[in-house]
Amino acid sequence: MTETILQIRNLHITFETPFGQVLAVRGVDLDVMKGEVLGVVGESGSGKSVTFLATMGLLSSRARVSGSIVLDGEELVGKSSQQMRSVRGRVMSMIFQDPLSALNPVHRIGKQISEMLQSHQEFTKKQAATRAIELLDLVGIPQPAERAMQYPHEFSGGMRQRVVIAIAIANNPKLLIADEPTTALDVTVQAQILEVIKRVQQQLGTAVVLITHDLGIIARVADRVDVMYAGRNVEQGLVDNLYDHPSHPYTRGLLRSIPQPGKERLTPIAGFPPNMISPPSGCAFRTRCEFSDEQCETTIPELIPFADLQTACLRAHELPNFTVTQ
Amino acid sequence: MAFRRFVSHKAAVISCVILGLLTLLVIFAPFTSRYGVNESVQVPPNSFLTPRANAWLGTDDIGRDLYSRLIYGVRVSLIIGLLSALISVTIGSLVGAIAGFRGGKFDDIMMRITDLFLAFPFLVTLLIVRNVLGAIPWIKPLSGDMNSVRFIIILFSIFGWMSVARIVRGQVLSLKEREFIEAARAVGASRRFIIRQHLIPNSIGPIMVALTFSVVGAITGESTLAFFGYGPQAGDGATSLGILVGAAKGAVQTGYWWLAVFPCFTLVVISLSINFIGDALRDSTDTQLDRGL
Amino acid sequence: MIRYILRRLAWAIPTLLIVTFLVYVALRIGTNPVESYKRSNPRVTPEKIRQYIDINGLDPNYVLGYFRWLNNFVTGNWPRSIKGSREVWPALKDAMANTLRLGIAATVVGVFFGLIFGLLASLRPGGRRDIAINTGAFIGISIPPFISAILLQLLFAVYWQRWFGSSLFPTSGVYPAGHTGFDLFLMLKFMALPTIVVAIQIVATYSRYLRSSLLDVLNSDYMRTARSKGISERRILVHHGMRNALIPIVTVAAIDFGAIVGGLIITENIFSYPGMGLYFLKSFGDGDFPLLMPWMVIIVASILIFNLIADISYAWLDPRIRLE
Repeated sequence: MTETILQIRNLHITFETPFGQVLAVRGVDLDVMKGEVLGVVGESGSGKSVTFLATMGLLSSRARVSGSIVLDGEELVGKSSQQMRSVRGRVMSMIFQDPLSALNPVHRIGKQISEMLQSHQEFTKKQAATRAIELLDLVGIPQPAERAMQYPHEFSGGMRQRVVIAIAIANNPKLLIADEPTTALDVTVQAQILEVIKRVQQQLGTAVVLITHDLGIIARVADRVDVMYAGRNVEQGLVDNLYDHPSHPYTRGLLRSIPQPGKERLTPIAGFPPNMISPPSGCAFRTRCEFSDEQCETTIPELIPFADLQTACLRAHELPNFTVTQ
Repeated sequence: MAFRRFVSHKAAVISCVILGLLTLLVIFAPFTSRYGVNESVQVPPNSFLTPRANAWLGTDDIGRDLYSRLIYGVRVSLIIGLLSALISVTIGSLVGAIAGFRGGKFDDIMMRITDLFLAFPFLVTLLIVRNVLGAIPWIKPLSGDMNSVRFIIILFSIFGWMSVARIVRGQVLSLKEREFIEAARAVGASRRFIIRQHLIPNSIGPIMVALTFSVVGAITGESTLAFFGYGPQAGDGATSLGILVGAAKGAVQTGYWWLAVFPCFTLVVISLSINFIGDALRDSTDTQLDRGL
Repeated sequence: MIRYILRRLAWAIPTLLIVTFLVYVALRIGTNPVESYKRSNPRVTPEKIRQYIDINGLDPNYVLGYFRWLNNFVTGNWPRSIKGSREVWPALKDAMANTLRLGIAATVVGVFFGLIFGLLASLRPGGRRDIAINTGAFIGISIPPFISAILLQLLFAVYWQRWFGSSLFPTSGVYPAGHTGFDLFLMLKFMALPTIVVAIQIVATYSRYLRSSLLDVLNSDYMRTARSKGISERRILVHHGMRNALIPIVTVAAIDFGAIVGGLIITENIFSYPGMGLYFLKSFGDGDFPLLMPWMVIIVASILIFNLIADISYAWLDPRIRLE
């Protein structure tokens, strides 16, 4: 029986802005099992990044977080910044989208890894330096001893992202959150980075949350998928199941919008992303959904089991079978 | 949108009001001042009178009303500030825009020249340029005598355009790299079109900011010159804010505090107000103001 | 790196020559050295005038004249002042020492407090402390130095004297008249007011610089990475934040310091402080070419040297800039 390493229940996150209160996350439930790769998919504004920034405790003071986030048995919501600091980098880590700006330009690479090691474990400077080189080797950086003495701007994009990964796994965290780690990279390099993540995950047994808007990446690396829209979960399940017979119109729309050879026209999802200051009532996707009716307007759907998936569509059982071309 | 952001800066709005009132006071000078600029308040003894009913801010060494002289003085200084700033900004924007847009040799040379000037201590260059300018024979008909207001305006124009040119050049350089310029070029827009429709409208913000700081620079510079006795000396006892402030130095030792405090206070208020406005302008026209979450 | 320095040094020489040439031309046009000489020494003979022209390199041809002047300058054959034939170097040396003392003191005090205020302000942007510091800095920048000088004089010297009997800080000179020898306490007492005046401007400027630079840094992505590492706030601030934010500040400080040798004219004038500023005003007013040119050379050299230092320190502090 696999255990959960991360358990999020009823998470609500709002931001105060000059334009009003932004309801970024409106009741998210999700689990991450130990050692699995969970893909979190959604467009910009779906709340996927915010959810995990909140998990890491990296949101600004303008954010109001309520609900429960339990990491390895400990409740994170309500912890002081001091307490969070001991969790971050040790039990869980996060890597971000742009590797160049993620690294301090005036520190050597080796030092940036050593810093991670020395703040959470008992390492002398020399021990940390040695370990840093080992980590660089682990993520596939050639000539790690020399590279450790170099600066970020001397590395290529893909190399830098590997360094970022090395930093994140330095203290053997139980959870690694990767927020769009390949979006800023070339396609060929993307594949390499995903491979590094997968390898590291298998070797260290780390659970990985892979946040992305790219369904191809999910298909390649993830075990399970969580689809988010407008601050809520929309569908969850094993990768193969979700891709084969998606139950939610949004997921279907996403899968259909992938360009395919032989398909003459592209089929995007109609409509625009919702305004998160005043999202549509009931199911937020109803304004773009061809199946919406009155109940979709009045009821906010919860995740319920549907076949071998979890879905948040009130009319899931009434939808036609799914085909990719339509 | 920029206007709205501007008016949210309370200090700037207050400054506008203050400056507006001051300008009105100064424009309608014969009505708002109580005496002529060279007129004695009363029959002697009239020197160094403390502030009182018939001389609101006291009198100076020969019995002239400080309040009235201050009004006329501010008028002269404001004119100097505004005119030289306008000229500086016009010349500077043109030069800066061309330098930034064309790059190449022109840009190089311009930058070295302005670098040179701006690196030297301000007062030193000011005094030397002033002398050199005054010694060039064919300038005279244009600028008048070295102590005239016209000369000072020209002097500060020469000084001012260089700072403005750098600012505008910087702005043009950063604009040049932006994608919308590249896009305009890609659809075949002519250089002139790009300059007119894209570069200039997007530079208005920094240009206005440069304008305000030029005004402050000129007014403060005029005061500095006058302080050392090199200020405008139009005849008939005419005065400038700088001259009045310059007299403050002597007033301190002798204890005639009103001769020091009021002119200095006026200068500081004007300087602060214009600075606030310039700062607010800079904030409200900055298109890249999104900082942090 | 070494090659970069050498290359810059190589460029510095021709720059120095060109700039001093321009200064030479400007001074000749602007102060009319020969006329000034005649004015200061009304009963001078044509022979003496010729000698004056000769030793100062005041030939009708500006280029030739410049090189003649340069030759004399470099070989140590310096002409004497037009007033009383005083030697140039002793007066210049003293002036420089005085100004450097004032400049260094004001810079150290100013930058120190400026950085502290800037740091405090940026810790909580938009907060009350931030607004207070910002407004203070703003006012500090807007008040021209001669006004703050006058006001401080008024307050600490004149009125203090009236209220308390003797002035807290003196208002002129380096030492009381007639004093000889070195007395640290007295020197500090006399330096206090001018230092405060200059330091006000510096504090105001640098607090704004640091606040702006630090805010930029604190909002950048690598700060987010640093925070996600779970390291202490202090380490984040100092090691990551300040380390990056100080880079442009050090550069500006170096350049500013290069300009300080000639930049304290107003303050020195108000406090009758016998430094480079007063030296310049006096010699400029007299049109004293032999006194002026060496002064100018020092100013130019100072600017060039510190610009070079600024560039080097920038390259040293920021690995991205290191030019190979």
